[in-house]
Amino acid sequence: MAAKSNLKNMALSLTLVCLVCSAILGCVYAVTSGPIQEAEAAKTAASIARVLPPFQGVPEQEVVNVDGADYKYFRMPGAGTAVISTVGGFGGPLTLMVGFGEDGLVVNTVVLSHSETPGLGAKCQTEASFIDQFKGWDPAAKKLAVRKDGGEVDAITASTITSRAYSAAVANAYQVYLKLSENE
Amino acid sequence: MSKFGLIAKGILKENPTFVLVLGMCPTLATTTSAMNGLEMGLATMFVLILSNIVISLIAPVVPDKVHIPVYIVVIATFVTVLQLLMQAFVPEVYETLGLFIPLIVVNCIVLGRAEAFANKNSVGDSALDGIGIGIGFTLSLTVIGIVREILGSGSVFGWKFIAGDGILAFVMAPGAFIVLGYLMVLFNKLARR
Amino acid sequence: MEYLLIIVSAIFVNNIVLAQFLGVCPFLGVSSKLSTATGMSGAVCFVITLATVVTYLINNYLLVPFGLGFLQTIAFILVIAALVQIVEIVLKKISPSLYQALGIFLPLITTNCAVLGVAITVVSKEFSFGGAPHLMNLGEAVVYAVATSLGYGLAMVLFAGLREQLAMNDVPKSFKGLPIAFITVGIMALAFLGFSGIV
Repeated sequence: MAAKSNLKNMALSLTLVCLVCSAILGCVYAVTSGPIQEAEAAKTAASIARVLPPFQGVPEQEVVNVDGADYKYFRMPGAGTAVISTVGGFGGPLTLMVGFGEDGLVVNTVVLSHSETPGLGAKCQTEASFIDQFKGWDPAAKKLAVRKDGGEVDAITASTITSRAYSAAVANAYQVYLKLSENE
Repeated sequence: MSKFGLIAKGILKENPTFVLVLGMCPTLATTTSAMNGLEMGLATMFVLILSNIVISLIAPVVPDKVHIPVYIVVIATFVTVLQLLMQAFVPEVYETLGLFIPLIVVNCIVLGRAEAFANKNSVGDSALDGIGIGIGFTLSLTVIGIVREILGSGSVFGWKFIAGDGILAFVMAPGAFIVLGYLMVLFNKLARR
Repeated sequence: MEYLLIIVSAIFVNNIVLAQFLGVCPFLGVSSKLSTATGMSGAVCFVITLATVVTYLINNYLLVPFGLGFLQTIAFILVIAALVQIVEIVLKKISPSLYQALGIFLPLITTNCAVLGVAITVVSKEFSFGGAPHLMNLGEAVVYAVATSLGYGLAMVLFAGLREQLAMNDVPKSFKGLPIAFITVGIMALAFLGFSGIV
């Protein structure tokens, strides 16, 4: 059974255990940090491939400031620009990646993360009729807002707030796209 | 107790979910579908087996008064190893289970087995105990996940047999408590036979 | 305004027990009597707030600058365990009466996943309370911690009240004890779902 405790062996054993454990973790971290970065890069590349036409080369992340907020984006010459945009949804932040072609039309949108209600707002990830309406959307001509708010987006049944957030995220991404086009 | 008995008791007689009622937080939170329940169970089993083995090895030399902090550090180490491995090789699973992976540290089952079993038994027996309790935990979580997925989404392991939505409340928080409650009733009833 | 949103959200909409499933074990363990439930809520509130502040500082000024993010779990749990010990010792010295009231609950708090859960949530999850989503600053973190623990207290006290009534009723044998308690919490959680969407 357990050894008798005195101050010396208590301090010693705690320090020793902490040191050994930190060392082990350091090693595991060193080994896994490569694969972790690769997994993240693969995920981003897969998302970009979904929102942009086929492209060549490796996407490089860049950051631009629009109206006081920083937006990450990926510029793929010849294919278009993918912008990451986050807004407050129904259950928490809703993060989208929106791809714009060289003609300024939305190519596609994809949800990167969300905390919407399962079966209701979470449908913004799966409901094809909702997601597909953004394909080929011309933000300069058609207002990005749900019909209730005077726009042209058909909301998901019973999830107006999520649909509203989704539209706002796409609209924000378009502002970023405009700013980037100006700079060029 | 026989080697087989050591494993079997974790599944029925000392089932961590329905009999010991430990580790309720991940049990309730991650069982929105059968697959999620299974994954959470396996993650916990990984930590449980390794921490049981290490703790049974170091228990004789750890001073009595600091044994809890030492055990917690050991458990936290394995949890972090698991976290890093999952992030690297199964990032989607890591994202689904989210916060509840680091929270395995404070899962009462892991520390509970260290205290109740691993610190006074041999390495081999402690490993078997970890496997048994781990299987019991995984099975319970999967069963709860299956029931919630059938009622809430009309599917089992992602295979949909009812078109449209299920009863959404079962995917959300209230369903977790209610399903666990009724399954416990069923378990009690069967166990009393 | 933003603080108000955090408070309402943490207490009602995302109640830590009823919606986030954190701290369920002690929630079931000490809620059979109203008086112990209040005592435990007080102790949890105290520790969650203190632990959130300390872990927040450690994470942002020690772990992140030195690239030691992978030590987060281990560092946080050690801080919480040490903090609980210190609180226990200090309380014993300066306020024996408070120690009498909270003392027995303190050791239980180390393994209360609500404490570690809140500490990790605060440093890793982005929130969007009426503005652009961002990680919490220290002020917001403190308000969030206090509000979350108040929500914990609210759920615990309400549930203890229900359980005291439940104890006097005749429930079927297989439902006795925890099963009926779980079903009761389920119905409570259903009621709390009504708050969703107000923030």
